[in-house]
Amino acid sequence: MAKATEKTEPSGVRIDLISGDRLDRLASMEKIRLILDGVHEGNIVILERGLSPDEESKLIEVTMSEISPDEFNGIEIESYPRTRTDSGSLLDRLMGRTNEGKLTVIGPANQIETLHKDEQLISALVTQR
Amino acid sequence: MGLLTGIRDSISRAADRLFSAEDPKRIGIYGPPNAGKTTLCNRITRDWTGDAMGPESHIPHETRRARRKENVEIKRNGKSVTIDVVDTPGVTTKVDYEEFLEFDMEEDEAIRRSREATEGVAEAMHWLREDIDGVIYVLDSAKDPITQVNTMLIGIIESRDIPVLIFANKIDLEESSVQRIKNTFPQHETVKLSALEGDNMDEVYDKIAEYFG
Repeated sequence: MAKATEKTEPSGVRIDLISGDRLDRLASMEKIRLILDGVHEGNIVILERGLSPDEESKLIEVTMSEISPDEFNGIEIESYPRTRTDSGSLLDRLMGRTNEGKLTVIGPANQIETLHKDEQLISALVTQR
Repeated sequence: MGLLTGIRDSISRAADRLFSAEDPKRIGIYGPPNAGKTTLCNRITRDWTGDAMGPESHIPHETRRARRKENVEIKRNGKSVTIDVVDTPGVTTKVDYEEFLEFDMEEDEAIRRSREATEGVAEAMHWLREDIDGVIYVLDSAKDPITQVNTMLIGIIESRDIPVLIFANKIDLEESSVQRIKNTFPQHETVKLSALEGDNMDEVYDKIAEYFG
């Protein structure tokens, strides 16, 4: 009898790089859902341009509401420090326009660990679940 | 924008609020867990009202609900300013109940505490978006201030255009470095203090009156 070949999933960590253009077409909650759905699946999500401050605030709130013991501990998120001088006008900020968005890395808190961060370098260790 | 220009703008914004004020401003005490926020709140409210606000602890997330102390009247240089002090849970992007097990807690208690902590963080963010007129951002000066939570929260506060003072707490610790905080957030005024020991509280109250009166 022929031996059945078992198809196994390749092991590794999936990384989703999401373009700024794609993010720009999404509403705030759609962006947050896109990020958290990916993170729940154990993926590392990299945003070409980061979130607005208001979206970051909502991301923290929604993340907190989804934390569950032994299942989801929250997120690790890293982007370069935002400086006041490039944060745009008050109107831009009120309208959620964020041309200054900086590359942002988000992953499950139990899989990504920041090793070093300064204004020019983010170094992180990513592990499999 | 230069440092002096930034500070001048911040003071100008604070002054605008001062002269348009009718009700006491709600000043949120924000920062990461274990920065000494509740110790500071207790120090302020004990000094000016005689009452404390909440229990202090070295265990993270001891404060899991925002608490408000109304009508705290601070007298400086012959004038008085009245503020509401809002002590908020430490903000984070992750809560792992297993961290609480290290503090000799039973698993059930650790899980309950972690659930309350997540609710508290969400509550703190909601207060910031809806109900806070000014922020005192408290940092443990013995720790590296370049963290994502600090960067995001300062960005969120700046985007709301409300006055903010940074307090470099725990200067009584040997590893304390106030300069490291000043270098990280040069656009904001940093005041050094030890809320636990009561060090430099005169300057703390001068700055609160100046920024949030």
